[in-house]
Amino acid sequence: MRLVINKIVLFLSTLAALMGLMFLFWILITLTLKGINALNIHIFTNDLVNNGLRNLLIGQFILAFLAVIIGVPIGMIAGIYLQEYSFDNKYAAFIRNLSDVMMSAPSIVIGTFIYAIVVMPFGHMSGWAGALALAVMMIPIIVRTTDDMLGLVPRELREAGIAIGAPKYKVIFDIILKAAKVGIMTGFLLAFARIIGETAPLLFTSGNNEYFTLDLNREFPSLTVAIYNLSTMPDKNLVDIAWAGAFLLTLFVLVINLLGRYIVKEKKR
Amino acid sequence: MNLEKVMDIKNFSFTYAGAEKPSLKKINLPVYEKKVTALIGPSGCGKSTLLRSLNRIHDLYPGNRYEGEILLKNQKTKEMENIFNYKKENELINLRQRVGMIFQKPTPFPMSIYDNIAYGLRLQGKKDKKELDERVEAALKGAALWDEVKERLKDDARGLSGGQQQRLCIARAIAVEPEVLLMDEPTSALDPISTVAIEELVTKLKDKVTIVIVTHNMQQASRISDFTAYMYLGELIEFGTTEQIFLNPKKKNTADYISGKFG
Repeated sequence: MRLVINKIVLFLSTLAALMGLMFLFWILITLTLKGINALNIHIFTNDLVNNGLRNLLIGQFILAFLAVIIGVPIGMIAGIYLQEYSFDNKYAAFIRNLSDVMMSAPSIVIGTFIYAIVVMPFGHMSGWAGALALAVMMIPIIVRTTDDMLGLVPRELREAGIAIGAPKYKVIFDIILKAAKVGIMTGFLLAFARIIGETAPLLFTSGNNEYFTLDLNREFPSLTVAIYNLSTMPDKNLVDIAWAGAFLLTLFVLVINLLGRYIVKEKKR
Repeated sequence: MNLEKVMDIKNFSFTYAGAEKPSLKKINLPVYEKKVTALIGPSGCGKSTLLRSLNRIHDLYPGNRYEGEILLKNQKTKEMENIFNYKKENELINLRQRVGMIFQKPTPFPMSIYDNIAYGLRLQGKKDKKELDERVEAALKGAALWDEVKERLKDDARGLSGGQQQRLCIARAIAVEPEVLLMDEPTSALDPISTVAIEELVTKLKDKVTIVIVTHNMQQASRISDFTAYMYLGELIEFGTTEQIFLNPKKKNTADYISGKFG
């Protein structure tokens, strides 16, 4: 009897796994086929107004890099505070819990929040608001990875730094951060991969722009929002462009994730 | 024997943060200049806690309480100063440059062999390349490591073997020319050959620097130390020359520990 139950459970769990994998490959295959079909050199050399993706790709990267520039220092300093200066006081426990909650906060909520505190007062959407929304998404991830990775550095290394006569801030910046460098960098990459594919925080913060622009005070082009807009268009041409954009985005996120995993593996070796 | 005290521990008690009872109770112990003093005793007797008080590394963690005095000889005025009177950060930094420390596990910094040694010197404000080169070489020679690493000073220090890493840490500590060197079971994580190398180094170094060493290994204490302090449950039971403690202990508790009846 137990043997039979065992076989049934094995069968059901295999089936469930296959179902999940099937949908995943279905998505990937559809995306690849339609995406590659729509890909051509025209897309990379023209802006959206001429049925190209150039301004969108560049816009997306500018938003993501700005988010990194805003989010990484804030997140890292908070992580350093938690691990090196808080001595696990009650604020530290609160900030850690808050970061965990923030990490799983729906991204549309963050978009709405930035809409309320930035877009509304200024009266219009802007690239800055979009970058800020992405930075807010990124900060809790950076806080927790910095915190966790610094926590893996042995206590003796800090004491050795102090014992040679270094002030505490120098021990942290010269020794501890270097020792945790690989882990922290991996965290940055994964946080970057997380925000580069986000639509909801940008939807009503940076909006969209059909033209090429570097002016962050105006509505700003981004690939993700454009995919969302284009996919509902009646024109088949425009929908194809959306497929190409979605394919490129997926490819890019995949590469970053693989890179992150590769670094972790290298480190463990 | 002409003995000068370089440190003097007087009526010293120490309580860890959050603990009710002190971990060290009214310790009185002299540290003689250019001698090796060994702290021995069973696990949990407070020997590491005492050692870590001598450069106030306990200050890294909030809430620890010191009572009593630990005096350190001022090399200029030849007067004994209480290290608990140091309040400002630069006074503590100065204390730690005068009282260096070696840990149980080797602690190479994540940088090159050269930079590991130069780090402490740069903290003292030395920038001249030639002077740094000379001091690094002298420190590595002093720690009997120079011949093994002179070809690869730019390599990451974490690539050295455990025994080499520990000698690198000793080189790093002696590069800043401390007056006292504290060693917290420096050979317990090393193989027998590396242990011999470190022990020979300790014997060689005592011409220049006073050494206080915590050890679990009684043979080691008897081989390398001039004075031995036996501690038990946070109290100093007996202090004397190593010869007297090992051959002629006055207290029964000391005799029992030395002869291996417990510990």
